[in-house]
Amino acid sequence: MSVPLPVFVAVPLVTAFLLPIFGKKGKSAATFLANIATIALLVLAIASIGQSNVYKIGKWPIPLGINLVYDGLSSLMLLVISVVSAAAMFFSIRYMEQYTAKAKYLSLFLLMVAGMNGVVLSGDIFNLFVFLEIASLSSYALVGFGCQHEELEASFKYMVLGSIASVFILFGVALVYGNTGSLNMAYISQAIQKSGLNAGLGFALGLFITGFGLKAALVPFHAWLPDAHPSAPAPISAMLSGVLIKALGVYTLARVLFNVFGVTIPIGWILVVLGILSMVAGAFLAIGQWDFKRLLAYSSISQLGYITLGIGLGALIIARAGKDITAEQLAWASLAILGGLFHLANHAVYKSLLFLTSGSVEMATGTRQLKHLGGLAEKMPVTRATCTVASASIAGIPPFSGFWSKLILVIAAIQAGFYWVAAIIVFVSLCTLIMYLKVQRYVFLGELPENLQQTKENKGSMLVAMVFLACLCVLMGLLLVPGLRETILTPAVNVLTGGYSYSADVIKAAGGM
Amino acid sequence: MPYALCFLLFIIGLYCAVVKKNMVKIVIGIMVMEYSVNLFLVMLGFRTGGTAPIIGRDDIVTGGTLTELFINSSVDPLPQALVLTAIVISLGSLALMISICIRTYEKYGTFDITRIRRLKG
Repeated sequence: MSVPLPVFVAVPLVTAFLLPIFGKKGKSAATFLANIATIALLVLAIASIGQSNVYKIGKWPIPLGINLVYDGLSSLMLLVISVVSAAAMFFSIRYMEQYTAKAKYLSLFLLMVAGMNGVVLSGDIFNLFVFLEIASLSSYALVGFGCQHEELEASFKYMVLGSIASVFILFGVALVYGNTGSLNMAYISQAIQKSGLNAGLGFALGLFITGFGLKAALVPFHAWLPDAHPSAPAPISAMLSGVLIKALGVYTLARVLFNVFGVTIPIGWILVVLGILSMVAGAFLAIGQWDFKRLLAYSSISQLGYITLGIGLGALIIARAGKDITAEQLAWASLAILGGLFHLANHAVYKSLLFLTSGSVEMATGTRQLKHLGGLAEKMPVTRATCTVASASIAGIPPFSGFWSKLILVIAAIQAGFYWVAAIIVFVSLCTLIMYLKVQRYVFLGELPENLQQTKENKGSMLVAMVFLACLCVLMGLLLVPGLRETILTPAVNVLTGGYSYSADVIKAAGGM
Repeated sequence: MPYALCFLLFIIGLYCAVVKKNMVKIVIGIMVMEYSVNLFLVMLGFRTGGTAPIIGRDDIVTGGTLTELFINSSVDPLPQALVLTAIVISLGSLALMISICIRTYEKYGTFDITRIRRLKG
């Protein structure tokens, strides 16, 4: 079945603009409609797995018109985005009752989804910037949604750094246009293959790495994340940590570096170093935190490091081998990238689940300070069970999903000869285990404080969303089974290892000049 | 030379956004950066003595192709379209930033970011 690509952007966009009409009275209707939209997107994303096509907007031939490209990598990202957004939206039904202006919240939420879907589908670099701005602007507003002291401060900080990143990216787009005369990523890639990098394009590459690195919160650029993610309402924290930083940061970085500019040895090293810095610094900073959501946010930085490291290792292996790459080297590069992308999908699921459980705890007890919590295991059995599943998964305990992706990364690092990288991966994994043992110990075990005796488990939609994601955490390991792997993960890996062949594929599929 | 000045404007904006302590000045710095990039985009399409890229009756040779003069003298219209889009986006982000500044001022009673420090660690 072939799904027309603009649907992925149009459905959330149109729904987002319909919702504010309902106002205060039609709150339940608005909630219903928003949930229908996210679930429809999930169904569409599953239905369109396996197809690969290029959609030309307004039937203009490329490079004159704008095109949307659906390939393996976009398919994986779309799937991840729609799974997490459907769960977070379902969770919001009940959780957002404590805030006013629910319809506006739902509308901003869907705008963010529309922006992210646009980013992963766009085949035009300026359009990518526009969709990126749609997603970022709505996320700035959502971080400040509570309008309390901390939330406004975090929103402003996030917004300043996010805007600077956007300006950098726009400057990069301008330089690329000036040097290659095209905005279509396939044609830019062709021009770069022909003429190589000149000074202007090199500068643009630097701007892109800084801009997308800021959006992805890789370590030298991470300052905004631990403030912004905890300040947002819990379902939004789940969206931001689960998919936004990946769609806006890691995906764009991978697409631009691998498919447009082409990987070189320095780029591979930059990715590996950024990845390792993020992994280690994020893990160390997370262990010291006493705020539940802040700890999760720092751990996001650390986990994002794993993804970048996997992709970077792949880039390094490909770039070192150069033109005459042997089948064996290509296999190890594919394995490293597979580990990175699989970790991306896993992290989206378990980190959003962890943020949802933190929201559940916060709603039931009114606090998220680890020192004020304790002994909730009997009071909130479902939250406890799902949180344990997610913690085991993120810490890499077999047979949960996180174990498999980390295992793949370790194998790839050893086979590529980077023994020290493998050692760091195992070490950071141990740190992750410590920080989640801390969460378990202070939130669910120990003594129940006096003032929390009346705590009750949350009901309804919040539980459904958490249990859904917890089931996914257990089942995600199955994605590696031959058969399922060929439909979802392998095409995504092939897009990245293919490098420049992206441009030829797109031009051929679009029937361009 | 104009490119260098444009880059200078970009650096001034970046300096203002990074160094200044007043929230409104930071916003102004970011806007200066955005406008310098817009200026850069417009300059990419600029041609000395160029004409508007609108095809008139005189510009078409028999057979439907364009005259040499038109191709060599018309400016590139694409960057202008990009700048229009970029201006609209920066207007949206400016409105949001200023409204967050106002709400912050209501809560904290100051625009000084060194005194707005509840988040730590």
